[in-house]
Amino acid sequence: MSGIISRGFSGRRRDGEKLPPGQYLETGFPVLSAGPTPPVRTETWQFTITAETGDTAARWDWQQFMALPQESITVDIHCVTKWSKLGTHWRGVSLDTLLDGIATNAGYVMARSYGGYTTNLPLPDLRGGKAWVAYQYEGQPLHPEHGGPARLLVPHLYFWKSAKWVTGLDLMIEDRHGFWEELGYHDYGDPWREQRYQGD
Amino acid sequence: MARAAVPGRLNWLVATVTATRDETATARTLVLDVPGWPGHRAGQHVDVKLTAEDGYSAQRSYSIASAPDGQRLELTVQRIGDGEVSPYLTGVLAPGDPLELRGPIGGWFVWDPLSTAPVLLMAGGSGVVPLMSIVRANTKKVPVRLIYSLRSPADILYAPELSERARVSPLDLTYLYTQAAPAGQPTGRISANVVASAAWPPDGKPAIFVCGPSGFVETAADLLVAGGHDPASVKTERFGPTGT
Repeated sequence: MSGIISRGFSGRRRDGEKLPPGQYLETGFPVLSAGPTPPVRTETWQFTITAETGDTAARWDWQQFMALPQESITVDIHCVTKWSKLGTHWRGVSLDTLLDGIATNAGYVMARSYGGYTTNLPLPDLRGGKAWVAYQYEGQPLHPEHGGPARLLVPHLYFWKSAKWVTGLDLMIEDRHGFWEELGYHDYGDPWREQRYQGD
Repeated sequence: MARAAVPGRLNWLVATVTATRDETATARTLVLDVPGWPGHRAGQHVDVKLTAEDGYSAQRSYSIASAPDGQRLELTVQRIGDGEVSPYLTGVLAPGDPLELRGPIGGWFVWDPLSTAPVLLMAGGSGVVPLMSIVRANTKKVPVRLIYSLRSPADILYAPELSERARVSPLDLTYLYTQAAPAGQPTGRISANVVASAAWPPDGKPAIFVCGPSGFVETAADLLVAGGHDPASVKTERFGPTGT
């Protein structure tokens, strides 16, 4: 990294603010999507985990999903477009619950969404209380713009990994690129190491 | 889907401001010379980094307004009153100053200049910036329709250039003024009627690019899908400091 000083720039910083490098604090909730918001109804919603063999390992409809143990989650979120939002409140089902009892040799996961979006993650990043399928934001049903009725929530990675309108996970032996990763974004996406783009 | 032109690391480059141009009272174009610039495609953006003397730095993304042109790049920056970066870029930065940036970024919201499909561009406010790159890159003169929603005539970016291009090339302009329209013209917003009358019909399989604040993009994209356009043909880019 170079250290070119921007003549006359002092910036705006806040004491005690703990943000990943290159991020700024946002109080609204911006939307980032590559296309129109797909209409997803809970009446027909499904969440499927597909094993690396291609077999369906588990499947829930909305009613079955809501009958699973629910968790309240308070986390900071970080978007690759530079905004961070602190202390957001969600409700959802832990991926530990969803992956429980599924025997697999997979090291990676492709999350799949209604509308065709995909994103790849290492399977260990979805375990250990680090990831959820969330359906409530700040006490309200998750708005369609923000991925409702349900989205992945993986707050320790940049937010494009938290796939909106998620409908399933494909377990994979070998890593493959999802939608933004194929277009040059980082495979892992750790905001604290500023892994925005391939090669970061 | 084409792969983005970002094979290796996206390195920070030091650009030099060669000129600035005020587009409106609150928007300024920065003309940059960027040694090492790998080239871009119409619709892409860059990350800009400012660094204070004590090492504090801030980054933001800005759309590229210019057509691909060697190591010359134009960014148009809309000043946000309480912003941290845009007041500096539109008020302090001057010709001769260095500016750190990296890119190009965004391999989805890009127009393929080899495509012959008609192009539909829908802009909300300064969302017109990456769409202007598409207009300027259209050297083969593919038919383009631009539906441009903005508060008032004083907010039009690139007004003289758009008028001239509309005169000499197959570019149709539809301005929607949400707050103040020129005398004799009604104010209006994006609506099913506007889409039906000013957009290409779906059977012409247009390439569609929608950019603006989230509310505008959400409304426009929903209207397009309701009007029979294939959701997969609608590429969107949302911006704005305010959430929804």
